[in-house]
Amino acid sequence: MEQPEQKIKLTLPETTEAAAKQDDAFTGAAVFDAKNVSIYYSAFRAVTDVSLTIHENEITAFIGPSGCGKTTVLRTLNRMNDLIVGARVEGDIHYRGASLYERGVSPTAVRRRIGMVFQKPNPFPKSIYDNIAYGPRINGIRNKGRLDEIVERSLRQAALWDEVKDRLNKSALGISGGQQQRLCIARTLSVEPDVILMDEPCSALDPIATGKIEDLMHEIKSRYTIVIVTHNMQQATRVSDRTAFYSVLRDDKSDTRTGVLVEYGRTAQIFEDPHDTRTQAYVTGRVG
Amino acid sequence: MAAVSNQPTIDLREPGGWRRSKNQIATFVMYLAFVIILIPLGLVIFEVIAKGAKAISWQFLTNSTIPPNVMPAVVGTLEITAFAAVMAVPLGILGAVYIGEYGGKSWLAKLVSFMADVMVGVPSIVMGLFIFTVWVIPRGLNGLSGLAGSLALACLMLPLIIRSTYEMLRLVPNHLREASYALGATKSRVTLTVVLPAAVSGIVSGSLLAVARAAGETAPLLFTIGAVESTNSNLFSGATTALPSQIFTNALSPYVGAEDRAWGAALTLIAIAFILLFVARIVTARFTRYAR
Repeated sequence: MEQPEQKIKLTLPETTEAAAKQDDAFTGAAVFDAKNVSIYYSAFRAVTDVSLTIHENEITAFIGPSGCGKTTVLRTLNRMNDLIVGARVEGDIHYRGASLYERGVSPTAVRRRIGMVFQKPNPFPKSIYDNIAYGPRINGIRNKGRLDEIVERSLRQAALWDEVKDRLNKSALGISGGQQQRLCIARTLSVEPDVILMDEPCSALDPIATGKIEDLMHEIKSRYTIVIVTHNMQQATRVSDRTAFYSVLRDDKSDTRTGVLVEYGRTAQIFEDPHDTRTQAYVTGRVG
Repeated sequence: MAAVSNQPTIDLREPGGWRRSKNQIATFVMYLAFVIILIPLGLVIFEVIAKGAKAISWQFLTNSTIPPNVMPAVVGTLEITAFAAVMAVPLGILGAVYIGEYGGKSWLAKLVSFMADVMVGVPSIVMGLFIFTVWVIPRGLNGLSGLAGSLALACLMLPLIIRSTYEMLRLVPNHLREASYALGATKSRVTLTVVLPAAVSGIVSGSLLAVARAAGETAPLLFTIGAVESTNSNLFSGATTALPSQIFTNALSPYVGAEDRAWGAALTLIAIAFILLFVARIVTARFTRYAR
């Protein structure tokens, strides 16, 4: 396999050769391959020198204290940061072999393949049906029967169908926060993306709604690649295959701070056998 | 219970003294202000209805052949205002969409935004003078027409519509735009399918308010539409009349009954404005079906 695979092996805990081989067998193809990525907001360098590989059909969690740039990195993966005036990316991000930030790449085409679920549930002020049908419609699907089919399939995938099937024409703002967030996931699924980026999708939800979303993530991961930013370390251990720990690097001389990727590896290794002392301090709850 | 009776009694009643008095004074001042606001408002409407109702008759409203009656002015006002709205509303909304969604921090967006702000503060008579100078004078006697009045009213409406639409677009939360972008929507899609529908009720009511305000303006029409007493339904040629102009001329006129006709025209104008606002309410309610 290519270089990034080896890099990850370096951070794996000591295992027998057989176990390592078996581990490799489960590793999907690289979906994202980031090399030396730095992200700026105007003059402020929010993230410095991040390199990591995200694998197919895995759930990758980004954890770390506030201001460490994990959301910034996430939003760079589908060019969402293009919408922020002054945001700029240095370094290379490849998505399935294609450079994301090359001249001529259409952010729209990128986002059709790489969907996003946000921190706050953000359904459109339209009916539940129109929320789900929105994505297919902007992709040119007009046929009512086909749209009905997509709406039902997406809502079923998001485990919401039974709760809303009798009120598809009611406002999406009339359902609970947890349902709204699953609606937003269904909306993302409706365009059949390749990757789903989730930016703290459960931070506004209670534990029961959170549990439902986590179950849902497990269910859909065989078909999608998921990257999730979370503040909740238990959530990272429950849902993710790999974890990237970010931290804030302060430079007292110039009084600046920037986010860095401290350690990236299998979730079990990050939480049980962290190699970096900063990771250890964070996951054991001594810092952050 | 016994245990409870041992506890000291807590007084949960509103505390007396200065704090309570302050509250009472503030409440009284608020009610007083409310009543004071109602006095001029109520008096104006009462006067207009009381005096206008005397003048209004079926003949006053509909007979368009024997002057003096209000029909030519109603036709003029409706035509002039409607055509002004046809010009100003789309242009104003498009301008606001450019400033709010597309222009960003470009110099052109800043310039348009600044000019709109300045124009809101320009007295309406200046709009009339402007159209008089650039449109009416070059055309000589043919210059006075409903169209010239429409142009002046459109100049008056435009900045109001740009301002109110822009404010409504700013109220659309950014997370809605992001939700649409994340599904692979282009900027035009986001604007057409998310931003404008979310803001439509505010845009409609803001625009109708601008239209209603312009419908009642006298000054921009003074030098642009001329003055006739018969109906001229051709907007594009010949002098015409409008309700505000008729109120103006009748109120100044020394002839018997002129004052009554002015009041009648005023009542008609208020009724038209009321109908516009009523329509605005219905349209707004229709568009906000899914807001809750």
